[in-house]
Amino acid sequence: MTPADVVRRIGFYTLLCLVFASFVLPMLWLVSVPFDAKPSLSVSVPDFTLGNFETLADNPSAYKSLLNSVIISAGSMVLVVSLAALGAYALSRVRIRGRDALLYALLLLSSIVTGTAAIVPLYILLDELQLLDSHTGVVLAMSGGLLPAALFILKDFMDTTPRSYEESARVFGASPLRILVDVVVPIARPGLATIAVWTVVQVWGNFLIPFIAYNDPDRFPAAVRMFTFYTEAGQPNLLLISAFSLAYAIPVIAMYLFVSARYGFRFHGGIKH
Amino acid sequence: MAGIVLERLSKVFPGGVRAVDAIDLEIADGEFFALLGPSGCGKTTLLRTIAGLEAATSGTLRLGDRDVTRLPPGARDVAMVFQDYALFPHMTVLDNVAYPLKIKKTPKQERYARATETGESLSLGELLDRRPAQLSGGQQQRAALARAIAVHPQVFLFDEPLSNLDARLRLEARTFIKRLQRELAVTTVFVTHDQAEALAMSDRMAVMEAGQIRQVGTPREVFRRPASVFVANFIGSTPMNLLPATVADGAVRTGGVELPVPDEYAARLPSGLDVVYGIRPEYVRLDGATGTVTGEVSVVEHLGTAELVTVSTTAGEIRAVVPDVDEPAVGDTVGVTFSAGQALVYRAEDGALID
Repeated sequence: MTPADVVRRIGFYTLLCLVFASFVLPMLWLVSVPFDAKPSLSVSVPDFTLGNFETLADNPSAYKSLLNSVIISAGSMVLVVSLAALGAYALSRVRIRGRDALLYALLLLSSIVTGTAAIVPLYILLDELQLLDSHTGVVLAMSGGLLPAALFILKDFMDTTPRSYEESARVFGASPLRILVDVVVPIARPGLATIAVWTVVQVWGNFLIPFIAYNDPDRFPAAVRMFTFYTEAGQPNLLLISAFSLAYAIPVIAMYLFVSARYGFRFHGGIKH
Repeated sequence: MAGIVLERLSKVFPGGVRAVDAIDLEIADGEFFALLGPSGCGKTTLLRTIAGLEAATSGTLRLGDRDVTRLPPGARDVAMVFQDYALFPHMTVLDNVAYPLKIKKTPKQERYARATETGESLSLGELLDRRPAQLSGGQQQRAALARAIAVHPQVFLFDEPLSNLDARLRLEARTFIKRLQRELAVTTVFVTHDQAEALAMSDRMAVMEAGQIRQVGTPREVFRRPASVFVANFIGSTPMNLLPATVADGAVRTGGVELPVPDEYAARLPSGLDVVYGIRPEYVRLDGATGTVTGEVSVVEHLGTAELVTVSTTAGEIRAVVPDVDEPAVGDTVGVTFSAGQALVYRAEDGALID
């Protein structure tokens, strides 16, 4: 190895370390600062305390907001998974002209529905429907934005399920709904699990839509609630924010691990023969 | 139990493809019937139309004395075994076998009792708790058969039941299915593209081409007297010799050679008619230096206990099956003798057998 090679290699690893650190630092902050008696925006060895969580425990709005997050995530998840399963099955099995164009158009437009560009019309729509300040409104808005991508992923799963499974059930007299429940859904389960987790993560982490759709602080989900943790002096209340960040992250991580162990994630269809 | 009657049954796909073209066919109660043909001939579509997976465009279909033409598949009382077996991968073998009974709302206890009994009769007893992916190809096939049998249908429909098995297992399965069908005595229609399978297994068979049936008969009839040049070409593991020829003075001639025909033909062959002369390689002898025609051996193919010898003659290439004890060598000049009684003559114009 020439000296030039050594220098090159050292340079390469230094670069890797920097890149790695930039990803790891926020994580380190998330797991260390909540236990620090004097939380700051820097990462250091914490002056260990559980006091921050006691402060959090005294703040009822924090728990309320986590519960709100659970409600809107679960609601959207149920809606997206059930509608996407029905829709993807139909789109996969029925031949209609321009089906793929329709799917691509939906996919393209969906990023607008939950994006910033459509936020004003979305607000007006929710207002007209008297769905402002209601979980139903947020669930509908979020589901509308997520459904096209969910349909797109699930249709691929359904496409790779051999038709002979369904035909076999049909010859024995099973109705289409029965076939969906008994045959198609169990086979597409990894796909459904993927869609479910993805929906929950999207809704759990979304700030903009709940931020404009709720006026009543009692209905704020966690992502919006965190935004309100300021001290009287107008400084961010890092004590609360750090502890709450960890409480906010844990349910999603736990769900991910559970689903991954139970069903396994797959972003493509197909079954082993 | 029920026979199957097809009257002018047609299936036209959007786009105008006539996959099944006005077929008339009667399959007797308890019969083991083969639909044979090259791929794309409409045999699978015909089977799927009988199952109800495809709706007939016109014509009628009766099972026993019921007109089922417009009935959905579940109401027809048929069971189908698919080429890939279509066992549900997320259910155990037992649940798979019991599933059709569940659809038919059989009480749970009876359902599992019947499924277990059927499974055991097909020696699947040890495997009932397994998933299909844990079974070998032959076991999967038996599981698929068990699922079809457990519902006690009036008709079995098999779509290429043997094509997913390896060659050795296929022979075993052939015997197994034939015996099973005989024991159950349920009317069975099976689709195959393998003429040997159709000949070996069926009571009667239909040879299909372009959505139509070209010949119906027992395997023996179809093998001995193929009704057209197409069927003659398709049936037999060594293809029939088909020589273009012309009738002159009551004799069939080609390349200056008079080809021997059975006596009863003489009156039916008008002079000047263009014909195709057919004779199976098994009925061609190569002995000595003289015969109907002489020629040079160009290819010798080994078939096990026999050899398929191709001879180039003035009448064209002629293939003969000879015992492996007296095989000629490539380049030898041999006399070719046809056994006249087994020869068939087809009209060149439409390929139909003259008889």
